[in-house]
Amino acid sequence: MEITTDHIIFWEWEFIHINATLVYSWLVMGILVIGSWLVSRRLSSGIHMNRWQNILEVLVTMIQDQIREASRQEPRHYLPFIGTLFLFILVSNIIDIFPGIGAPTSSLSTTTALAFTVFVAVPVFGIAQQGVKAYLAHYTKPSLLMLPFNIIGELSRTIALAIRLFGNIMSGSLIVGILLSLAPLFFPVLVQAFGLLIGVIQAYVFSILALVYIASGQRVKQHELEEAENEEVLTEEIETE
Amino acid sequence: MDAVSIIGMVSIIVSGVTIAVGSVGPALGEGKALAQALIAIAQQPDESATITRTLFVGLAMVESTAIYCFVISLILIFANPFWDYVIKLAGG
Repeated sequence: MEITTDHIIFWEWEFIHINATLVYSWLVMGILVIGSWLVSRRLSSGIHMNRWQNILEVLVTMIQDQIREASRQEPRHYLPFIGTLFLFILVSNIIDIFPGIGAPTSSLSTTTALAFTVFVAVPVFGIAQQGVKAYLAHYTKPSLLMLPFNIIGELSRTIALAIRLFGNIMSGSLIVGILLSLAPLFFPVLVQAFGLLIGVIQAYVFSILALVYIASGQRVKQHELEEAENEEVLTEEIETE
Repeated sequence: MDAVSIIGMVSIIVSGVTIAVGSVGPALGEGKALAQALIAIAQQPDESATITRTLFVGLAMVESTAIYCFVISLILIFANPFWDYVIKLAGG
């Protein structure tokens, strides 16, 4: 039984292996890019619009609302990265129900790559907002003793992101495979439907967690500002008393 | 008993124990979190969107420990490195 899509090899030349994970990732990328390109060629700003344009607008507005609620900041900076993560994982997980196509996210390589982009994006967003020095300084908060723990936490949450997505999606397809040999008639359909739900929730969780990590790398400055304001208010109150 | 049967037996038993022990803690934790979220929604129905979103994210994070155990037990059964090593030694 195949656990991941990595072991299905389509084409091979010397050290280059084109396996199913790669092919289905390209398929997902193709669906997203070509679909969006086809829709956004003929955009209308009036009341009458294409139904596909309506779908894309609903999706983008929904992602924007979620980002605004979860991070309590303007979604403009986060939308490209978080939205791309969400859409890629969502389509990868949903594509699993088509016969003969495996989800690219059921391979540990894909999920590790996705988690690695988050690992890189956290310092990139943080440094872009507050500069190298202030960003690196927040690893030593609340005290210098916490430095190793902060670094370990950064690494372990990246690994946790990768293994969580991989475990959920891989277990979904594997359980269907096992059930097919036990009760092949009707029951696997229900489990497939449950797998769809899990796939959508995991795509949501992955992107929200990425957003939370990025926002937590940025929020240090805001906290300091608020604390400074609070101290000013306190000192003013004391002075008036 | 030779090495092959010992490794096979230990792998199967340990994978069962792993998933059995590893699913208890997350199950208790998820039940507790869900109960608290239901209480919170009953008290503040207006905030149900925020509560539900936080609940889903929290549940997924709690569940990840169970998923780690699941991955470990799958590795022990389907992709056991020690088993492969012993088979390779016996074959070659």
